[in-house]
Amino acid sequence: MADASRSDAFVEFERVQKSYDGETLVVKDLNLTLPKGEFLTMLGPSGSGKTTCLMMLAGFETATHGDIRLGGVSINNIPPHKRGIGMVFQNYALFPHMTIAENLSFPLEVRNIGKSEREAKVRRALEMVEMGGFEGRRPAQLSGGQQQRVALARALVFEPELVLMDEPLGALDKQLREKMQFEITRLAHDLGITTVYVTHDQTEALTMSDRVAVFNDGRIQQLAPPDELYEEPQNNFVAQFIGENNTLAGTVTEITGDRALVQLDSGEVIDAKPVNVSQAGERTRVSIRPERVEFKPERLPAGAHMLTAEVQEFIYMGDTFRTRLSVAGNDDFIMKCRNAPGQQRLVPGSTVQIGWMPDDCRALDA
Amino acid sequence: MTDATFSPDEDVAKAPAKGLTTADGRPLKQALARAQSHARWRAFFLVAPLLAFILLTFVVPIGQMLHRSVYNDGFTLHEDIGSGTQTPLMTNLKTWFKDNPAGTDPDEAAFAALAADLLVLREVKAAGQAGTRINYELSGSRSMFTKAARRAKKLEPPYKEAILDLDEDWGDPMLWRVMRDATSAYTANFYLAAMDRTKDVDGNVVSVNENRQVYVKLFTRTLMLSLLITFLCFLLAYPIAHLLATLPLAKSNLLMILVLLPFWTSLLVRTTSWMVLLQSQGVVNDALVSMGLLGDENRLQMMYNQLGTIIAMTHILLPFMVLPLYSVMRPINPSYVRAARSLGATSWTAFRRIYFPQTVPGIGAGALLVFILAVGYYITPALVGGADGQLISNLIAFHMQKSLNWSLAAALAALLLGGILLLYWLYDRLVGIDNLKLG
Ligand SMILES: Nc1ncnc2c1ncn2[C@@H]1O[C@H](COP(=O)(O)OP(=O)(O)O)[C@@H](O)[C@H]1O
Ligand SMILES: [Mg+2]
Repeated sequence: MADASRSDAFVEFERVQKSYDGETLVVKDLNLTLPKGEFLTMLGPSGSGKTTCLMMLAGFETATHGDIRLGGVSINNIPPHKRGIGMVFQNYALFPHMTIAENLSFPLEVRNIGKSEREAKVRRALEMVEMGGFEGRRPAQLSGGQQQRVALARALVFEPELVLMDEPLGALDKQLREKMQFEITRLAHDLGITTVYVTHDQTEALTMSDRVAVFNDGRIQQLAPPDELYEEPQNNFVAQFIGENNTLAGTVTEITGDRALVQLDSGEVIDAKPVNVSQAGERTRVSIRPERVEFKPERLPAGAHMLTAEVQEFIYMGDTFRTRLSVAGNDDFIMKCRNAPGQQRLVPGSTVQIGWMPDDCRALDA
Repeated sequence: MTDATFSPDEDVAKAPAKGLTTADGRPLKQALARAQSHARWRAFFLVAPLLAFILLTFVVPIGQMLHRSVYNDGFTLHEDIGSGTQTPLMTNLKTWFKDNPAGTDPDEAAFAALAADLLVLREVKAAGQAGTRINYELSGSRSMFTKAARRAKKLEPPYKEAILDLDEDWGDPMLWRVMRDATSAYTANFYLAAMDRTKDVDGNVVSVNENRQVYVKLFTRTLMLSLLITFLCFLLAYPIAHLLATLPLAKSNLLMILVLLPFWTSLLVRTTSWMVLLQSQGVVNDALVSMGLLGDENRLQMMYNQLGTIIAMTHILLPFMVLPLYSVMRPINPSYVRAARSLGATSWTAFRRIYFPQTVPGIGAGALLVFILAVGYYITPALVGGADGQLISNLIAFHMQKSLNWSLAAALAALLLGGILLLYWLYDRLVGIDNLKLG
């Protein structure tokens, strides 16, 4: 599903740029291809241009440059109401002066669907989100979670092929959010709809999506399935943004095949996997996930480089132990160990030798 | 006071039978009332000045006006301005009217009573006052009273002949009908007059002569013009308010100042500037003539007629429509319309079915405000209305200041008030006052 060939591309952004004020580009050269049925999440910090991309796709903003295609047809000149895209807004945008049934009926009415069919579809859509029996209520009489379900039902009731959601769960509490994450993905997969989902919550992105596009500064930094994104970040931003991450700054001294030697600024030399570096002498930041750091030599390959670390803090977290170390001048180096039988608890003030598999240490851009 | 140390168990056990008590044994209800009465009194004293102010400046005058519209003692009581002594008037006639049913031809006894009362009028110099009261309903009768009172001493029996000698009109049955009504200070006749009605000789309610029917026509015109002005204000204000609500704050603030600017200018200045602009030698006409769009001889008459009233009042009342509209439009999230569009609605449908219904409370508030202000507007129509641009309030002012028929002015004002209250009630039934949003 990850690699969409051009032929079955359903949504395409091609070299899209967007500027609001004519001075700064909010979206810089966006290229994105989405096959039918995929659940794609745009993930990025606030202000990175996610909403803008969604609005361009929905037709509420026009691209300053480039082409957006839906089902092979350029939609730059198609007005929003003819695009047939379902949309869920962050504030839900349920029409306050209409009942729930009228809200759901609205997209069907403007499509001139007969009354009996309309009622049947509204009922089915409400049952789908487990909101049957709420037809006569007004949006203000529902809780946030219920409004969210209704908004979802309304975006789906006219059976669009593409649904856009802009931080739809942002206003819900954690427990409800997790439940809704599950239900949205289930619905999207059951109905086979293509979904573009926007969030700034990385957990949400990782758990829900087929693929995640990480946005920063108007560009897609990496577009990959969640596991690849976490395990093989392509640059420093993605490594930092997704999950927890340790970085050490240094200079590449040698590259041989898929091994690079990196001399850290404190003098030590370590093995790393060259990702964003191509030749010796380049500045780099290496990235290691906390759970891939080892302090038992027997678990490392022979000849692996080891670093001396001083234990700063030991935090008991139940299922894991979190140890804050001082490594090569970085006082915030985190190591996570599973709370397995016989696991050693490190004492603050002591020193240990730590290391990792060379593949887990990625040499990225500086 | 009973023992202050109740055990809790005992207290609870007793509660259903005796009612709860406080720790020192007083009934809880009483203690609560005492504790709250303090706060209540303090609250009362805080609002007392405002209450007194409203009572004095609003409730009392309106009550007085309503009273005056059904009460006129011009024919029954004289109060000497200097000494303050009150003299009942027309007491003999009153007795005669009581003894003889309506429609009885005035006989000698009636004229004798009249002669006696005229003597009283002469003594306390109240002939003018009494005559004026009768004159309200039967014009030309004031002079009859002053003349007769002057000669009251010389009248001798038979009084009927003597008085008819003074003026034949004293035998007019209409006059006797009016006097009969006027001997009672309470009367509905001013309301009849305010609705172009009067009583005929037999006391039946009939329309007044066609050429004297003014009030109903004026009420209708006031209503129509006010509706038209309200509608024009709505047409002009809706796009402005929408623009105000959707522009970025910096720009909308500037626009808001332009909308509010008229508020900070004197009403008189605004009205006179319209006169400068629109009169036949005014700026607009001059411009049209100099551009050759208009011949010098057929300059447009835009002032001193209904058109002038409509233009000037629409301009003056516009902010009262803009502000309530703006206050409902500002919080409407643009995502509603976007949602509607994404659901398949054209921009017109999205406006009609989603945006417009959410602004209805503002429209209602603005329309009610503008309409009520327009119905009672006085200065602008007085200045620019000419003959056919006058509204009912101008006539009320006329009766207050020129004809001094305060009772009729009060009756007209009360009808206006009643009409507005009726509209308010209707609005409440149709839209609901709680839906009103003024800001
Ligand atoms: N309507 C607009 N007019 C001008 N600038 C805008 C507008 N909408 C968004 N921006 C700017 O574009 C940038 C990206 O915004 P947005 O797409 O909303 O980001 P995100 O949804 O990722 O938080 C921000 O810097 C924001 O200030
Ligand atoms: Mg956003």
